[in-house]
Amino acid sequence: MSDEKNDELVTVYVDDRAVQVPPGTNMIEAAARAGVEVPHYCYHPKLSVVGNCRMCMVELGMPEKDRATGQPVLDDAGNQKTMWLPKPAIACATKAMPGLRIRTDSDLARSCQQGVMEFLLVNHPLDCPICDQAGECRLQEFATDYGRGYSRFVEEKNVKPKRTVLGPRVVLDDERCILCSRCIRFCQEVADDDVLGFIDRGSYTTLTCYPGKRLENNYSLNTVDICPVGALTSTDFRFKMRVWFLRETHSICTESSVGANTLVGAREGKIYRITPRRNDAVNDTWMADSGRELYKQVEAENRLALPSIEGQIAEDPARAVRAAADLLKGRDKTAFVGSGRCAVEEQYLFRKLAEQSGAVRVDLVSRIAEGDGLLISSDRNPNVRGALVTGLIDALPLSELAGLAAAIDRREVDTVVAYNEDLTEAGITADQLAKVSVVYLGTHANATSARARVVLPTLTVFEKNGSFINQQFRLQKFLQAVPGPAGAPGDLRTLAALLDALGAPAPAGLDDVWSDMSASIEPLSGLRFMKIPSEGLLLDVPSSLRALPYAEGETLHHRPAESGVAIA
Amino acid sequence: MAIVVQRKPLTWLEKTYLPQILGGMKITLKNMFRPKVTLEYPEERPVIPDNYRGVPTLVKDPNGREKCVSCQLCEFVCPPKAIRIWPGEIPEDAETAHVEKAPEEFEIDMLRCIYCGLCQEVCPEEAIFLQDIFSVTGYTRDEFKYRKEKLYELGGTLPDKHFKWDKKKEAAARGNAH
Repeated sequence: MSDEKNDELVTVYVDDRAVQVPPGTNMIEAAARAGVEVPHYCYHPKLSVVGNCRMCMVELGMPEKDRATGQPVLDDAGNQKTMWLPKPAIACATKAMPGLRIRTDSDLARSCQQGVMEFLLVNHPLDCPICDQAGECRLQEFATDYGRGYSRFVEEKNVKPKRTVLGPRVVLDDERCILCSRCIRFCQEVADDDVLGFIDRGSYTTLTCYPGKRLENNYSLNTVDICPVGALTSTDFRFKMRVWFLRETHSICTESSVGANTLVGAREGKIYRITPRRNDAVNDTWMADSGRELYKQVEAENRLALPSIEGQIAEDPARAVRAAADLLKGRDKTAFVGSGRCAVEEQYLFRKLAEQSGAVRVDLVSRIAEGDGLLISSDRNPNVRGALVTGLIDALPLSELAGLAAAIDRREVDTVVAYNEDLTEAGITADQLAKVSVVYLGTHANATSARARVVLPTLTVFEKNGSFINQQFRLQKFLQAVPGPAGAPGDLRTLAALLDALGAPAPAGLDDVWSDMSASIEPLSGLRFMKIPSEGLLLDVPSSLRALPYAEGETLHHRPAESGVAIA
Repeated sequence: MAIVVQRKPLTWLEKTYLPQILGGMKITLKNMFRPKVTLEYPEERPVIPDNYRGVPTLVKDPNGREKCVSCQLCEFVCPPKAIRIWPGEIPEDAETAHVEKAPEEFEIDMLRCIYCGLCQEVCPEEAIFLQDIFSVTGYTRDEFKYRKEKLYELGGTLPDKHFKWDKKKEAAARGNAH
């Protein structure tokens, strides 16, 4: 809100608390700024206002003016009188204007909230024990805060379809639906895939898909997130774990260079779901469905947990590090292949490692695919900008490792260090791989690790702390959600141990790496890991870096043209 | 501050010890004619009051439906973390498909259980009850982890009459008025 100027703000009063907001601010948001919660279901800050749940009804008062002269009417004390409207109004459709007053706790407002709650609960099945939303359900919360505590409804409740499959990832329970229409508006306005709608009337109104269509766009799970009740549930998370057991950790989606902010819900070292975290400058409150499945890599079959030398499991990680260092020592034909999926800190240490072992070339594997213009960009590496900023590479990576392949063929390279990348998928043939000794640092077993002489296990994004730089040059940090597999010491420690074995001691702790980086890398100067705010930090990078021909097209909150010119 | 306790010298009668011996024999004689208060445990078993808090068990309703829907509230409330539930979905072709959710596995570690009864108190489905079993024995730690099968065997059937889920199924079969 840095663009707000004080003289542009208007003063509104929420329960007699003055709060300054820009004119036109939604009164629910204005009340939130004053620290007052106006209960609401259908209102969502990133969707259009429809005002159909009626939960946010408040008393509305205007500053009183004389009708004939337009002069303010003053009371005995000299203050302008307030003209309270005789009927309540919905706060979500009321915009802030000078002197506007709302009451959220008056008798009228209270009775409105209680009445709406009672109507909403009339046909509610009250199956909280089997409902996945229990624990984060607005209906539960507001029933506790504004409900009467018991039901006066003795008639039979409505019957609606249950366990309706709307799409491959979403299941609908119509009886729980309170007809807020958030999901319908999301599909129309954000996902641009208008498949949901209401049929029938009155209390028989039912949410359903248009005939012959399914809710199967790549953003369908956002409807589950914004559903204020348990009507829409995720097939993947359904009946897996109650939400109150989940510890939510701030993380970053690694699906593309958008860097959507996420929350990783885990219990006792096992991840159960990934949900978006609001960041108005990056992903609003959304994320793609495909990014939510990435946690499955943690427990994948081919996960590497222990280091190995020449195909034999090495119980002692130090021995594997020594073996890797022996392969690098004194060689002058070593090539390094870094990854845009590694964190900034890891790329920095990897660069130092490449420098220390006199690498003849350093490559980065590029992953260009078609973006969807919303929250998946064309660059599927989350951190190519990090490799550029840390100096691991100085030009954008090519689509395939053709240069490295040619160098192997010309016998200019006899050792390759691959970090989190499968070389065979990046354009190196099995024949070429057989000509070189490979040191593989990675999370999962693949064709490269099978041919590697030394394999050192690393951690996934969910098991470590670190940071990425997204397509906007926004530095964003992710935190450890679950412990890594026993035997994998962590990327930074492995890299530092390798550097140590090559005779160049390097810091292994995150804070030490950051003090090193902030001293030597201009855009990161003065920064520390702990100082990165949870909404990220836009880096001030040289215009030469910004002007590179990046692959990304336009996505939500990112226009390539804007980042191409130096903002600083 | 020291207190000097004065000890009276014993009288002649007390020196014979006869009053004490006779007093003791009188108590013995009186108890010989009182009703017995001990039990020949384990052949004889005590009568357990209804509100006794013994081993927590899972119960079924009179139709034999497992009442637990694995809401995991007991797991949440359990102070010594003795309860562990693996929730699961009831397949759509099952007779109780309308309940949708049931525990895939349910485990109570009886070595951890402190018999507080919070699980029974919190259960929204009235599926877990602390019944009259007080003697838990076993040779290994594993034997004290009561799994779903054993918990239902111990719990039996609860003769309640509200049939919440059956009514739900009937209403669904009748359908809407319109």
